Amino acid sequence: MLELIDTYWLYFLVGQYPAGPLGGLVLTVLLSGAALVLAMPLGLMLGIARVSPYRLLRWPTGVVVQLVRALPLLLVLFWVYFFLPALTGVKTSQASTMLIVLVLFDSVYLAEIVAAGIRALPKGQFESARSLGLSYPQALRLVVLPQTLRSGLPSIVNQLVSTIKATSLGYIIGLSEVSFIATQINTLVFTHAVEVYLVLALTYFILCFGLSRLAFLLERRLQRRAMAAS
Amino acid sequence: MIHLDKVNKFYGDYHALVDISEQVAKNEVLVVCGPSGSGKSTLIRTLNRLEDIDSGRIAIDGRDIHAKGVDVNLLRAGIGFVFQSFNLFPHLTALENCMLAPVQLKRASRQEARAQAMQLLEQVGLAHKHDAYPNALSGGQQQRVAIARALAMRPPIMLFDEPTSALDPEMVGEVLGVMRSLAQQGMTMVCVTHEMGFARDVADRIWFMAEGKILEKATPEEFFTRPQHRRAQQFLADRRRD
Repeated sequence: MLELIDTYWLYFLVGQYPAGPLGGLVLTVLLSGAALVLAMPLGLMLGIARVSPYRLLRWPTGVVVQLVRALPLLLVLFWVYFFLPALTGVKTSQASTMLIVLVLFDSVYLAEIVAAGIRALPKGQFESARSLGLSYPQALRLVVLPQTLRSGLPSIVNQLVSTIKATSLGYIIGLSEVSFIATQINTLVFTHAVEVYLVLALTYFILCFGLSRLAFLLERRLQRRAMAAS
Repeated sequence: MIHLDKVNKFYGDYHALVDISEQVAKNEVLVVCGPSGSGKSTLIRTLNRLEDIDSGRIAIDGRDIHAKGVDVNLLRAGIGFVFQSFNLFPHLTALENCMLAPVQLKRASRQEARAQAMQLLEQVGLAHKHDAYPNALSGGQQQRVAIARALAMRPPIMLFDEPTSALDPEMVGEVLGVMRSLAQQGMTMVCVTHEMGFARDVADRIWFMAEGKILEKATPEEFFTRPQHRRAQQFLADRRRD
């Protein structure tokens, strides 16, 4: 097993880079990170639109959210990969295809987290902010969202963990993320399937579990800071 | 200062406010009482447009506040509102709660707002708690901070919607004390409350409401010694029995 790691660690980490496109674990991490960074503002906007007092905003976002939530990620991945180039005339690379799909799904799920958080907040918070003369956007930004995002932090981390795992579906369109690379290695060495996939599983576990722990510590620190000040 | 003219409000088929026509004078302390479901809270919430009205007119300083084109944020900034459930912002300290509106609405610089917030907390006896978050304060303290927060925009009118109803009995006094001193400073106040002692001592006038109507308006003296309406007599008898 050590020999296996010794031979293939660089391939596992970055794929064929710099000779070929960037791949491996680095691609997985970069894709997940980029997806979340891009999906955060989108999800925030969608979530706010979803609980908007204006029907014109609320209804279309409701349709988008319900639609995306009812479709498997894999199916949307196929659509984007095979149909989008036909529409735009430009071939979409595997990595950008994956990114588009991840951003779409992330923003929809984040929107639901934001919307649920806003709905869960006592009505009095909005009312007291408005009664002071703050506008709707001000009440949202200064009073509602800071509370919503804090209480939604565990769900947001959950979503990031899901995103990391979802990148493995890129395998199906030949995206050279870490699962794809592991399969390549398995084909090359042939006789060490258990070891190869054990290392892969361990990699995902460390990444996702580490992230959950980090979020937990962050959450506790926020709590402690609120307590310490009082 | 506040003029109500044939104000009607419906919740579906339910007639919550029935043809209310009344006035509140400047510097007046008005107590609105009555059994629950009588429309007291609805009425007070129409005064800063937390509730809409279906017909009639409410004017403050001669301006129809429910008219189209009224800047509702500007209107509300000039009316302090204190809720039964305090509604302090839990992610902000007592001081920050009192600074938020003045700073955001650009009425004061951060330093000015801070100095003013400290002075308001001093006024409600909580300057020493300025760094505390709401969840570390007792109910009575939270409500006093909420009053300071409502005062931060220097409103000429203060509305109180059952400010002591969610408090443990031993904390009612500290909140009423703050309201009392506000009244002595000449604040125009409309208070929905069940605190009959406060009504007797502090109010200039009392409105007694039931079923969406003002059944009786009287001075405390008249109201407590010679209530005219049968429902008011019943209400006071029930209070005394408590």
